[in-house]
Amino acid sequence: MMLQSAPSVSSEALLDVDNLVVEYPVGAKIVHAVSGVSLQIARGETLGLVGESGCGKSTLGRAVLQLRRPTAGRVLFDGHDLTAMQGDALRLMRRRVQLIFQDPIASLNPRRKIGDIVAEPLVIAGVKDPEKRKQLVHEVLTAVGLDPTLVVGRLPHEFSGGQCQRICIARALILNPEFIVCDEPVSALDVSIRAQILNLLEEMKGRFGLTLLFIAHDLAVVKAVSDRVAVMYLGRLCEVGPSEQLFARPAHPYTALLIEAIPVPDPDVRPTETVPVGEPPSPIAPPSGCRFRTRCPRADQRCSDEMPELRVVAPGQFVACHHPLI
Amino acid sequence: MTGNTLLSVEDVTVDLPTPRGNLRAVDHVDLTVGAGRTLGIVGESGCGKTMLSRAILQLLPKKAKLSGRVMFDGQDLVQLAPEKLRKLRGRSLAVVFQDPMTSLNPVLTIGTQLIETLQEHLELDDATAKKRSVELLAAVGIPAPEQRLAQYPHQLSGGMRQRVAIAIALSCEPKLLIADEPTTALDVTIQAQILDLLAREQRRRHMAMIIITHDLGVVAGRTDEVAVMYAGRVVERAPTPALFKKMRMPYTEALLAALPKLDAAPHTPLPAISGRPPDPTRPLQGCSFSPRCRYAVARCQSEKPPLEAAETSAHQFACFHPIKTHADADA
Repeated sequence: MMLQSAPSVSSEALLDVDNLVVEYPVGAKIVHAVSGVSLQIARGETLGLVGESGCGKSTLGRAVLQLRRPTAGRVLFDGHDLTAMQGDALRLMRRRVQLIFQDPIASLNPRRKIGDIVAEPLVIAGVKDPEKRKQLVHEVLTAVGLDPTLVVGRLPHEFSGGQCQRICIARALILNPEFIVCDEPVSALDVSIRAQILNLLEEMKGRFGLTLLFIAHDLAVVKAVSDRVAVMYLGRLCEVGPSEQLFARPAHPYTALLIEAIPVPDPDVRPTETVPVGEPPSPIAPPSGCRFRTRCPRADQRCSDEMPELRVVAPGQFVACHHPLI
Repeated sequence: MTGNTLLSVEDVTVDLPTPRGNLRAVDHVDLTVGAGRTLGIVGESGCGKTMLSRAILQLLPKKAKLSGRVMFDGQDLVQLAPEKLRKLRGRSLAVVFQDPMTSLNPVLTIGTQLIETLQEHLELDDATAKKRSVELLAAVGIPAPEQRLAQYPHQLSGGMRQRVAIAIALSCEPKLLIADEPTTALDVTIQAQILDLLAREQRRRHMAMIIITHDLGVVAGRTDEVAVMYAGRVVERAPTPALFKKMRMPYTEALLAALPKLDAAPHTPLPAISGRPPDPTRPLQGCSFSPRCRYAVARCQSEKPPLEAAETSAHQFACFHPIKTHADADA
């Protein structure tokens, strides 16, 4: 059975990304950042998107929100094609979607007070009553675990990384969005703070009925919050499946390799030395056929001749590989 | 292990003057590393692990005040003349930083930097130094090493740059290599490659190593001993298997528990550590972890627990109410 896209667990997809392509020029060359990615996210679902630096996962996240216009493909959000929208229509739609970045300190204007930073989306959305804005800011700051009276009058540099990420989350939540792209939201945080922020995101998701695209390079972090996981390599999806199933029985050699490479905090687990060879090739000149073939122990002639399409290997699990592990 | 102790950090304290007052970055730390052994130093940002490594290397900021002794290979580095220190660093005492661009010069070729290091410390002629450079690059897994000599750091990927930094650090056969978050900036598959490379070279050269990291996963399978730091102090120290089998210090336990586990089901809430580390310019009277510790009692707030030995002298921890082990429960 051959399939172009991986269907979601539920029939109602809030987000439907169809054959998305993002390419941009660097000098005389073209970077193939995202090459024909299709995925769906059901309402209320968290889809984790993992991959190493340069695999195109952040570009994909931005292209979904139209912060970078895709070269080709469609992004249906609640039935509306965002790629076809312009100007006011797109701005209105953007109130329903938000983005949280990796570096929380750099995401906050250092010269503005926290109260103003968190209220800004309301100002842009045209909430004119300052009292109303103040009330909403207090509510959302309380929701993310900050004391509004102690926070609103202060500047970002007075807060730690973890607290700044709480502020960013508050700003993302204030317009009551339906969908949030979280781009490496905990990568810059210490272990003890990271757990706090992951728990907060989970809590907020439940409380505000959010749908999340959770982008990260850390598989354990992604598994902790995701219903399903998509693995990306050099601009293409290798594998999509329910979290538990994908980690227990990876079908793509790259997924298996990523899992194997994670350092386990247990001295009885000796690090395997069957580690991946080499480094990812450049997205300027991606390999023909399967993009992972240059590092893959299973690659043969077919892998360089023919690009593997996503196909089903187990219930809900899809792999793009000619020689899958299952 | 006293017979072959290579490095002994004795009662080292580092103070940094700041506009907000004195910042005690390292607070009375004692550590030893035996020849050929690996010590992992684990802690979160601001715990003092990097300042401690800089104290060992004598690379502290100028305004920093250091007290204590750093005995390395029979001499106290704190008292050593700058000229002798320079000869030592790069030769028998080498370092690899998190960001390889910290140690690589962006305007010199890889070859120039390797050959320069080799000729600075070992009396090699140009041809021998070049030959040795190619061998070193090959040893750290750099493809086409001969061509790389003519390249500049910016022409290499992050992983390749870190390999070059490791090649330079290994070039003069150091007795001790300090790796300060050597893989934090790298992707997970590249991280595994670099950690394997360090382990392999260490075995081959019988070199001692200190791995500084925030990741308990990195130290678990790759060190002989682990020291956990919190707010400038070593709060627990043990042979690696003992530490992971029976953690005594609540902070170590909490740090491990807060890590997302691959074998946990999705949406399992993580046992987060509430609050955050204390302001290092406002030291607490008692245990620095007590405000965040679920076992803390009044005494923990008023008195600083000393780092003391547990059942075995090798396992030390600084806590009045350590986590009970099975042996304690039976007693």
